[in-house]
Amino acid sequence: MNTDSKSIAFDVEKIRKDFPILSRKVNGYPLVYLDNAATSQKPQVVIDALVDYYSNYNANIHRGVHSLSQEATDAYEQAREKIRSHFNIKKSREVIFTSGTTHAINIVASGFRSILQKGDELIVSALEHHSNIVPWQMLCEETGAVLKVLPMNDEGELELVEYINLLSNKTKLVFVNHISNALGTINPIEEIIEKAHKVGAAVLIDGAQACAHIKPDLQALNADFYTCSAHKMCGPTGVGILYGKEAWLVKLPPYQGGGEMIKEVTFEKTTYAELPHKFEAGTPNIADGIAFGAAIDYLNGIGFDAIANHENQLLAYATEKLLEIEGLKIYGTSAQKTSVISFNIEGIHPYDIGTIVDKLGIAVRTGHHCAQPIMDFYKIPGTVRASFAFYNTFHEIDVLVEAIKKAKQMLT
Amino acid sequence: MKIKDIQEEIIDEFAFFDDWMQRYEHMISLGKSLPLIDQANKKEEYLIKGCQSKVWVYPEFKDGKVLFTADSDAIITKGIVALLLRVFSNQTPEDILKADTDFIDEIGLKEHLSPTRANGLVSMIKQLKMYALAYQSQLN
Ligand SMILES: Cc1ncc(COP(=O)(O)O)c(C=O)c1O
Repeated sequence: MNTDSKSIAFDVEKIRKDFPILSRKVNGYPLVYLDNAATSQKPQVVIDALVDYYSNYNANIHRGVHSLSQEATDAYEQAREKIRSHFNIKKSREVIFTSGTTHAINIVASGFRSILQKGDELIVSALEHHSNIVPWQMLCEETGAVLKVLPMNDEGELELVEYINLLSNKTKLVFVNHISNALGTINPIEEIIEKAHKVGAAVLIDGAQACAHIKPDLQALNADFYTCSAHKMCGPTGVGILYGKEAWLVKLPPYQGGGEMIKEVTFEKTTYAELPHKFEAGTPNIADGIAFGAAIDYLNGIGFDAIANHENQLLAYATEKLLEIEGLKIYGTSAQKTSVISFNIEGIHPYDIGTIVDKLGIAVRTGHHCAQPIMDFYKIPGTVRASFAFYNTFHEIDVLVEAIKKAKQMLT
Repeated sequence: MKIKDIQEEIIDEFAFFDDWMQRYEHMISLGKSLPLIDQANKKEEYLIKGCQSKVWVYPEFKDGKVLFTADSDAIITKGIVALLLRVFSNQTPEDILKADTDFIDEIGLKEHLSPTRANGLVSMIKQLKMYALAYQSQLN
């Protein structure tokens, strides 16, 4: 991980002013937004970047000779460069703009159709989001490859001993999230990657949750693929990236055909464009790509050390306060976790709790969090999930805890 | 009681509360009065899809009327089901089929439901009417 620590004092009240939405009311109460693992809120600079693009230099990119198109192209490519630098990726051609993590995973899964053979094995972790399960199941159905599951323990941690048993020279691909969206566990991906490479398997890391909390150094990490979604890191919806090692991106066939991704087209044969355009068919999401760059600048302006420090304090405080409520059980109790608390109260459906606290202006998520296998593991229908961002406060946690007590009293 | 009269009664009852908290408390207590489904009938085929929580509804046809029993694993959902059964249970298939559901808007229930719950409510009503339709076609 990069450590570009900024020693400027962390002033959460000042930071909150950057986010217009945080001053609104919901159901008559000040909004307490604790659904950051689903999507983060957006600072004014990101909103401004979108407005600025459409107001001042909207044009299609990579195509026109005119000045506006050049300005837009420059801004879009600058955003790619910011992303490259943020993740310490070697080459900008290894940064593929996608619509988000789901799209990124599908590009890789679809590319492996022509690589996998019957009997090849893939390893998926028990902690995955459906986005990192379903595309691979579809791939297995098509190719006859076999999906193996890397199990988890009661704390919500992956069982590395089992992992080693699952790996063999038949293993072609391993896919694991960096941080679990349902439980907040930070997975030991360094070790997972290293062990996979020893048997010649490629590794895809789903960084959708991680990128809001930490700043991965992708060259040091050495994953073959890494994905993220801008909307979870203060950027707009509908944009994200697929990082792939150049050798892999050259090897994988394109995902979609169309404009932008070609070198030459005749009816006899089309040759594909160079990376990264090979995987970027059609007019891209220009405005959101540029605003993603603005989000990255914004986060780095605060600094990921400061973010992690504040979020860890929130996590510790909320964990302590919530556990004071009788009958409350937290799912995901690894020592290695980010600011996500998934919980239930004995005898109460998570949905009921979510409904009551919403009436008090608090946004939490309830349900299976697109990770049904985890809920099945714990034999529960779902959980209530409170997920904190750097702009949340200790006071908001107090409000949450009081609301949950009230809900509990109403519902029992 | 006729469906229309029951609906009027519910509208009056809800008008009495002046905040959502009391409405929810009322719904929760209604949930406790729900005519419970027999444990043996809590089967997949009686489960209604479209809710974050589970809802089972079991229909019976007796003396020309449809009787429903039900359950849910979430208590607020149970209250919603109780409200619906109060309107639709123990009525003739014909009355169930021609009943409108304006009372739901009038008591402001939908505004207070999350989109998933509002969807759940729609699928529940659809399911109750489907059962009524099935019984009616048996009659004809
Ligand atoms: C771990 C994880 N993977 C994948 C996704 C899917 O991301 P997106 O919906 O942005 O494609 C999410 C989002 O909830 C996630 O948390």
